Amino acid sequence: MVETTLLVSKIKNGTVIDHITGGHALDVVKILGITGRTRGTVLIAMYVPSKQLTTKDIVKVEGRELKPEEVDKIALLAPRASINIIRNYKVINKKRVRLPDIIKGIAQCGNPACISNSNEPIQPKFYVKSQDPLMIRCHYCSYIMEKKDILEQF
Amino acid sequence: MEFQGRDIISLKDFSREEIDYILRIARTMESVAKNGSDLLAGKILATLFFEPSTRTRLSFESAMHRLGGSAIGFAEAEIASVKKGENLADTMRVVESYADIIVVRHPLEGAARLAAEFAGVPVINGGSGAEEHPTQALLDLYTIVKEKSRIDGLSIALVGDLRYGRTVHSLAYALSLFDVTLHFVSPEMLRMRREVLETITGKIEVVETNRLEDVIDGVDVLYMTRIQKERFPDAAEYAKVRGSYRIDLPLLESAREDMIVLHPLPRVDEIAFEVDKTIHARYFGQVWNGVVMRMALLGLLLGQIK
Repeated sequence: MVETTLLVSKIKNGTVIDHITGGHALDVVKILGITGRTRGTVLIAMYVPSKQLTTKDIVKVEGRELKPEEVDKIALLAPRASINIIRNYKVINKKRVRLPDIIKGIAQCGNPACISNSNEPIQPKFYVKSQDPLMIRCHYCSYIMEKKDILEQF
Repeated sequence: MEFQGRDIISLKDFSREEIDYILRIARTMESVAKNGSDLLAGKILATLFFEPSTRTRLSFESAMHRLGGSAIGFAEAEIASVKKGENLADTMRVVESYADIIVVRHPLEGAARLAAEFAGVPVINGGSGAEEHPTQALLDLYTIVKEKSRIDGLSIALVGDLRYGRTVHSLAYALSLFDVTLHFVSPEMLRMRREVLETITGKIEVVETNRLEDVIDGVDVLYMTRIQKERFPDAAEYAKVRGSYRIDLPLLESAREDMIVLHPLPRVDEIAFEVDKTIHARYFGQVWNGVVMRMALLGLLLGQIK
């Protein structure tokens, strides 16, 4: 995409998160724990024209390759995002995020009366009822959460 | 149909065929309950009630004794392991060695599902916070079948606290498997929970209203619930909705002659005492049906009834 190249320069080593749903780049940045006071180059492009999504956001993080749990969190908020690992300016691995049917451990149930929020030896577990718009249901109490409920936690 | 070793956590987990089968078995327990049996001799039921209870615990214990089994348990979480800080998972892993089947009542939602994951013996949900109370709903279905000889084709109103009322959640899940029209009558603040509506929408006709007068003349079954003070996070919110609905003789004048009134009990003031003597009142009959239904469930889960 010509526009992308013009807007955001290349990174040498790190991760490019592409095809983020338009307007969600700052949520992805938040998930990655980037506060603005952390060292390292971070490039953010928002509402870039996209053939697939009409508009998309892009986040490029220099010097960092994402952990699997970070990729899973991104999948919750941007189910069509792709993760590109960059080494020496070249894409050495490119894959789309995948939201599994069952999510374990990466979000808490939003129902304060749910047993999964108390001191029990379990991980919160959710069933994905819909990817876009996101809707997940708690395995324990059946409470339904949407994207905004999950964003509040990250 | 195989029930041995299963848990009863939510009526979402059951099919129409399974519920029909349970209702048929309950019918066969009527005479057994009167005459007594040794079907479950040597079997032990544990009742773990982390929340106060009168009816449910006594009902389960009565059902177990009528089948020749015995019952152990507690009903005061204050004096039990909770006081010492033990979690539910550990309690279940201990109690499974004491009993062949466990009934759990707990103030938190999802507690019964967690309990079942940690116990090696069947677990029955005796009430999980404001979430579900499946055995109450099963005995309600049994009462309807006994009184009306069918469930399909009926128009049923669930009235009162549909947000925090665990019984109506279980009942709505179960009734969505039948060909019924459901009227949800509640104050705006206590509307039926989203997770229940999401599950049953599209399966049956659902009508929501806040006016009991609009449905009283058209329904076959009126299921009243208490607005539960103890579930409200805030006393001011409770004050706004308490006493929203009350069934009395003037209201019943417009009801069908064969309309029946059910209530999971305890009632406070939502059904006037004068209604008890009318042809509509069935709520005390539900109590016996509860024993019969729980006998059926204990027998099925323990594999002694096929």
